[in-house]
Amino acid sequence: MKIREVVALLDAKVFGDEQMLENEVEFAFSSDLMSDVLTVKTQNVLLLTGLANIQSLRTAEMSDVVNIIYVRGKKITDDMKELAEENDILLMECNYSMFKASGILYKAGIKPIY
Amino acid sequence: MHFEYNIISGDFSNAGSASSQIKKVLKQLNVDSVTIKRIVVALYEAEVNVVAHSFGGTIFAEITEEEIILILKDTGPGIPDISRAMQEGYSTASPQVREMGFGAGMGLPNIKKNADKLEIKSEVGVGTEVKIMVKLS
Repeated sequence: MKIREVVALLDAKVFGDEQMLENEVEFAFSSDLMSDVLTVKTQNVLLLTGLANIQSLRTAEMSDVVNIIYVRGKKITDDMKELAEENDILLMECNYSMFKASGILYKAGIKPIY
Repeated sequence: MHFEYNIISGDFSNAGSASSQIKKVLKQLNVDSVTIKRIVVALYEAEVNVVAHSFGGTIFAEITEEEIILILKDTGPGIPDISRAMQEGYSTASPQVREMGFGAGMGLPNIKKNADKLEIKSEVGVGTEVKIMVKLS
């Protein structure tokens, strides 16, 4: 599925290069615990998290995650945007709960890792 | 190639910047993406540990054609029981560290999973030295 479709399904606000909306995504992982995200070995994973801080970006960078959705209406800060731009990571804000956002994507065919 | 990075205790806004720089170097050296991920995940976990638990430290990175050796040397409280610290779920992290998304007792076990070799030396009240080795070929 293209990120463009993910954005439409979750009514998300996008921060980053519009071209990245053409990114394809097959798997997603939902967690507020970055230690868990760092154990994920699958490549090209969409991350859903409510942890809106610099460490979620660093974790994504190390884990080769290039698409992050911040759920529960968490706000992306300027320093997060700066780090995302530096590492070609697309950031999205979504007002839905992690459960609802994950459920919508699962129903639409995005696969879980485990 | 040799690189050194200082790590400041409690500086969470910069935790991961050394790992980020090492990642860029490894990409330039055309190391494969799966190996890069193993290296930088292990290094990032270790870097966060130094920020979270020590009084500060240094990362020494040595890259040859065959392997990367990462040594993280800190001054600090040390680890009283290394085998216990290696157990998944055991953590002494502060609430601040947990708010950052860490402190679940998964750092050292995850470093071990990603490294080809891991050595930890620690002296209580003095500091800790973590040596991570990953083969590049």
